[in-house]
Amino acid sequence: MEAMPRGLKALSWITGALFGVALYMVFFYAPREAVMGEVQRVFYFHVAAGWVGALAFLVTAVAGVLYLARGNRRWDIVAQASVEIGVVFTLINIVSGSIWARPIWNTWWTWDPRLVTATVMELIYIAYLMLRQGLEDPGRRARFGAVYGILGFLSVPLTFLSIRIFRTIHPVVVGNSDPTAQGAFDMTPRMLQAFMFSLMTFTFLYATALWHRVRLGRLAEKVDQLKMKVMAG
Amino acid sequence: MAEAFSRPDRAPVAHRGARGYLRAVSAIVWKDLAAEMRSRELLGAMLVFALVVILIFNFALELDIRTRETITSGVLWVTFTFAGTLGLSRSMAIEKDRGCLDGLLLAPVDRSALYFGKALGNLVFMLIVEAIVLPVYSVLYNVNLLQPGLLLVIALGSIGYVTVGTLLASMAVQARTRDVLLPILLFPVIIPVLVAAVKASNGFLQGLEMAEIWPWLNLLIGYDVIFAAVALMVFDYVVEE
Amino acid sequence: MIEVRRLVKNFGLKVVLRGLEFHAEPGEFVALLGPNGAGKTTFLRILASLSRPTLGEVRLAGFQLPSQAAAVRRILGVVSHQPLLYGDLTAEENLRFYGRMYGVSRLESRIADVLEMVGLSARRRDLVRHFSRGMQQRLAIGRAILHDPEIMLFDEPHTGLDQEAAAMLDGVLREVAAKGRTVVMTSHDLARASELATRIDILSKGVIARTVTRQELDPAALPALYRAVTHG
Repeated sequence: MEAMPRGLKALSWITGALFGVALYMVFFYAPREAVMGEVQRVFYFHVAAGWVGALAFLVTAVAGVLYLARGNRRWDIVAQASVEIGVVFTLINIVSGSIWARPIWNTWWTWDPRLVTATVMELIYIAYLMLRQGLEDPGRRARFGAVYGILGFLSVPLTFLSIRIFRTIHPVVVGNSDPTAQGAFDMTPRMLQAFMFSLMTFTFLYATALWHRVRLGRLAEKVDQLKMKVMAG
Repeated sequence: MAEAFSRPDRAPVAHRGARGYLRAVSAIVWKDLAAEMRSRELLGAMLVFALVVILIFNFALELDIRTRETITSGVLWVTFTFAGTLGLSRSMAIEKDRGCLDGLLLAPVDRSALYFGKALGNLVFMLIVEAIVLPVYSVLYNVNLLQPGLLLVIALGSIGYVTVGTLLASMAVQARTRDVLLPILLFPVIIPVLVAAVKASNGFLQGLEMAEIWPWLNLLIGYDVIFAAVALMVFDYVVEE
Repeated sequence: MIEVRRLVKNFGLKVVLRGLEFHAEPGEFVALLGPNGAGKTTFLRILASLSRPTLGEVRLAGFQLPSQAAAVRRILGVVSHQPLLYGDLTAEENLRFYGRMYGVSRLESRIADVLEMVGLSARRRDLVRHFSRGMQQRLAIGRAILHDPEIMLFDEPHTGLDQEAAAMLDGVLREVAAKGRTVVMTSHDLARASELATRIDILSKGVIARTVTRQELDPAALPALYRAVTHG
C-alpha cells in the first residue's frame, strides 16, 4: 500500500494548526459585537463554509469539463470528492445561518437569496450523488456526473439572481453602511482579520479534505484492479 | 469501392447536410406525434394529472376571489412543472424500452438532431397540455388567462423547462432509479425558470408596468439561450457509450 | 471491408475484449460464435459504432471508427435482438421514419420493395405492437436494408423464434447475403451458423480463438470443435 505522501501529511498538520488559531481568533481575538452579541461569532464560520461550498461546486464543474474533454478518470475522482466535501460544508453553511438567524430575527428560516441559493445548491449536490448511485457503468457515472455538475453549476447564479430580485433581509456585511438594515453590522479591523483568517483556514481545510478524499478514491480503484486480476486468475 | 456504388439495385441516398438534418428532426417530431395520436396515453395522463392538481388546489386553498388572483400564476406553473415530468419521462422511456435509442443512434445524422427532435416533441406536448389547461382554468375560476403577455411567458418558460428536461430525462432513463430521479435532478436546476415565469405571469395578470416585468423576461430568455447551447454541447456525452 | 486490429474494450475496470483481431472481405458471411459473456455483443456494438473502442483500430469500408462514424453509419445495417421498432406505429410508418432518418430517396417505392422482400406487404398497415416476434424480426431486417447498406450486422437474430419463423428468417438472410453484402452474425445456433456462413469465428475470452472457413469445415465436427476451443 502507498504511504501518505509527505506533502499531504504536512498540509494536514498545517491545516490543524490554522484551525486552532482560527478558533482562538474567532472566540477571543475578535471583539464582541455590539448589537447581536456572542452569537455573531457564528458568522465567521458561516460565511467561510458558504465560500467553500461554492468553491467545491466550481471545482466539480471544472473537473467535469476536463473529464469530458480528456477522458482521464482522475478528473472524475476529483469531481466526486469535491461534491462530497461540498455537501458537508454547504450543510454547515445552512445550519449555521439558521443558528445565527434565530436570535436575531426570531425565526429559524429566512427566505432570502443567499440562504435559498445555498439550499438549492445543496439539493443539486444531493441529486448529483443520487444520480451516480443509480448508475452501474463507471464510464456512464463519470460522464453523467460531469454533465450534471456543469448544468447545476450554471443554474446556481441564475437562481441567485432570480431570488435576489426579491427584497432581501439577509444582512449585507461588506459594503453596506446603512445601520438600520436589520442585522447588518460594520466590521472593525480585528473582526476583518478574524474573518479573513477563517476564510483562509476553511480553504486550507477544503484542500486537505479534497486531497485525502482523492487519494482514497485512487486507492479504492487500485483495490478494484487488484481484485479483477485475482479473479481473472 | 467503385463496383459497390455501381450496383443496379442500390437505393440512392438523398442529399445530406442541412436538409438531411432538418428532415431528421422533423421525422422524429412527426414520429412522436403520430405514435401519441394512436395511443393517446401520454396526453391523457398529463391532462388528467394537470386537471386533478388544479382541482386539489381549489379545495386545499379555499380562497376568495382576490387572493386567488394573486396565486393563479403559482398554481399554473406548479401544475405544468409536475405534469411536464410525466411527458419527459415517457418520451425517453419509449426510446429506451424497445431499444429504439440504438435505432436513433445508428442514423447517419448529427446527434444534436436527435436532441432537437426529442426536445421539440416534448415542447409540443407541453404546449398542447397548456393550451387545454388554460381555458379550463379560465372557465372554472372566472379569470381571463388568454392574454398575449401570459402566453408569451408560458412559451418561454416551457422552452426552458423542456430544454433542460429533455437532457436530464435522457440521463435519468438510463439509471436504475429512473422514475424518482428525474424530478430530483430537474427541479433544483429549473428554479430560475419557475421563479421568473411565475413572477412574469403574475405581472401580466395583475397588469403591472412592463418595466417591472422585463427583468423576468430577460432572465427567462437568458436561461433558455444558455441552457440550449450547453445542452447541444453535452448531449453527445449523454448518449454515446 | 472490415479490419479490426488489437481491439481492447473496458467497462470501468472490467476488460471484455483483449486485443481482438478480425478481418472480413467484401461478400463474406461470418458467423461469430461464443459463450455468453465472451464479448460478442460488445464487439458487434463497436462495429455498429454504438460503442467506442478503448484501444485498437477499427475500420469499416476504409472508414475509421470512431472518428468517421457518420460515414460508417450510412453503409451499415444493424439487426439486434431487440426489434428497434415503434409499437404504436404501423409497419410502413416505421419504415418511413427510418427512411427519412437515412435520407432514402424514392422512399415509397423502396418501402414497398422491402416489405415485399420480407413478406410483410399484406400487413403494412398493421400496428407493430400486434406483430409476432417473427414478424417483428423480419420487419427489423427490412428496416436494416432500407438504405441498401454494404455491411450488415446481426446480433443473434434467431432468438425467440419458432422453427417456422426461423426458417423464414433464414430465407431472408440468404437473400440479403446474396446481394454481395458483407455480413457478420453472432449466434448460439451452431447448425444454422454452419449452414448460412462462409466462415465461422469462435470468440472466447475476449479474442477470436479459432477461425474455420466453410470449405475446411465438417458441420458434424463443429460442436466438438466449439467445446474444445471455448473450454481450452
